Amino acid sequence: MIAGISIYEILTLTTLLFFIGVYGFITRKNLISILISVELIMNASVVNFVIINKYLYPDVLQGVLFSIFIIAVAAAETALAIAIIINLYRQIGSVEVDATETMKY
Amino acid sequence: MDWNSFLLMRQEMLLLGIILLLIIAEVFISKNKKGNLVHFAVFLFGIHTAVGLLAMEEGSIFGGMFHTTGLIHFFKNVLNIGVFILLLQSADWLQEKIVDHQRGTEFFVLLFSSLLGMYFMVSAGDFLMFFLGLELSTLPVAALAAYEMAKRKSSEAGIKLILSAALASGVALFGISMLYIAGGSIYFNDIMQTITTSHLSILGMVLLLSGLAFKISLVPFHFWTADVYEGAPISVASYLSVISKGAAVFILMILLFTVLRPLLHIWENLVYILALTTMFIGNLFALRQNNLKRFLAFSSIAQAGFILLGIINGEQLGVATVIYFVLIYVFSNLAAFGVVQAISLRTGKENISDYDGLYRTNPKLSLVMMLALFSLAGIPPVAGFFGKFFLFTAAAGKGYYLLVFLAVVNVTISLYYYLLVVRAMFLRTSEHAIPYFNSKLYMKIGLVLTVLGILVLGLYSPLYEYIFELSKNLM
Repeated sequence: MIAGISIYEILTLTTLLFFIGVYGFITRKNLISILISVELIMNASVVNFVIINKYLYPDVLQGVLFSIFIIAVAAAETALAIAIIINLYRQIGSVEVDATETMKY
Repeated sequence: MDWNSFLLMRQEMLLLGIILLLIIAEVFISKNKKGNLVHFAVFLFGIHTAVGLLAMEEGSIFGGMFHTTGLIHFFKNVLNIGVFILLLQSADWLQEKIVDHQRGTEFFVLLFSSLLGMYFMVSAGDFLMFFLGLELSTLPVAALAAYEMAKRKSSEAGIKLILSAALASGVALFGISMLYIAGGSIYFNDIMQTITTSHLSILGMVLLLSGLAFKISLVPFHFWTADVYEGAPISVASYLSVISKGAAVFILMILLFTVLRPLLHIWENLVYILALTTMFIGNLFALRQNNLKRFLAFSSIAQAGFILLGIINGEQLGVATVIYFVLIYVFSNLAAFGVVQAISLRTGKENISDYDGLYRTNPKLSLVMMLALFSLAGIPPVAGFFGKFFLFTAAAGKGYYLLVFLAVVNVTISLYYYLLVVRAMFLRTSEHAIPYFNSKLYMKIGLVLTVLGILVLGLYSPLYEYIFELSKNLM
């Protein structure tokens, strides 16, 4: 427990974080920025799991364990995405979304 | 500790062994003999598929995180057979285009890793195992989509798939955390007993559902589908549309029918809306496609809409019809993608207009394609008709007559565009028709197996009753 802070404040924070991530994913035009937005979404859930575990169900460490796995998976995901972005950059010399629109409808 | 309980993971361990064996083989086989690796991998997976057909006990291990039942075992076999046919169909492509660049093994290792993830996903007993399986099944496919590194379209497909998949799993995770608050646990059994209808649990369910809907490419989460199918290598597109979608449908059904059963009255409406939008948008967009891969992409979106008609039933009948339809869909779609692959490999042509007059030059391929499209459209003698008919029965059994009526309207629309391809092949003539060519042995076996599947499943009804018996255990 953190003194003076209830679970509502932290859940509000993570929800904000989640929606900032979704907003960034939709509006950003740079592939790296989109990747960062996805990381925000992932990390919002990580904080969520830890906080729920700590405040509501402190007997079993399910949430904390889950969050460790999320961090690992998110790292793998980022590594793969970066690898693909680098490969794309070698071919078209750009990491902008507009440059990846040869296929449409 | 009872070591025998590990035998419940027999399929997973065997597949993991194959993956390790392939990595070792990659190191020790000399450069000019890499072509043999393809035979080796196909042979190993053939053994794996055959061993998988043996009976297996039911039970759960790791404190309930991993469990297996007759239905799950059967479904893993369906996935196995699908991947085996896919390997047969893509063996020629690998040998001719890929192995020369020393990258043959990666394909198999990534493909099998993804399949391993699906095993864990369908066997999951808690959300942690489910999430890990989901990620393990998605990430290698993204790498596979970007597999032809020299092609720009392939890289584009890879980046679109990985970003969409990452967003989807992030959204699903947030939903899982909401369900964790509402249920107090991440185990399916515990959540099922404690969850009640509240704003929190509904929000969690909607987020989880939309995360999975990305995987199944339901409208409005389908935007990545057509681009990825067009850009990715055909084998990968085929894998995405058949195996990946099938596994995601299965786990979605398990989640909705068991964990989220207390929220049945809510998700019924959601599935109703999703089914309608998916069928209509998928079919209407398929009408205007000229590239066959995009065409099959939208057709597979529409098929996912039909599958939801079985899920909306919510009972044993729904489970059985969905599994049966997925089984038929695996064979029909693999046949269609196989023909596209065979023709693209020899001529590089992928447009519907290129298929003009195909029957005069390549009659056997056109017949396979015709059967596949008839099965997808649901024309009586072939299997697809029974699959769709049972799905409609399942939805009508719950009183969704309007939905069934609209689905039948959609079947009619889909008949039009499937027949466009059949017309191009059989009725049209063209001076630039694709010349006669002979596919290699692997491709022939792959196509014959799919045709057998389409015909046998349509004529041999005890299989459906067998699936119906198995699906008792899900409840």
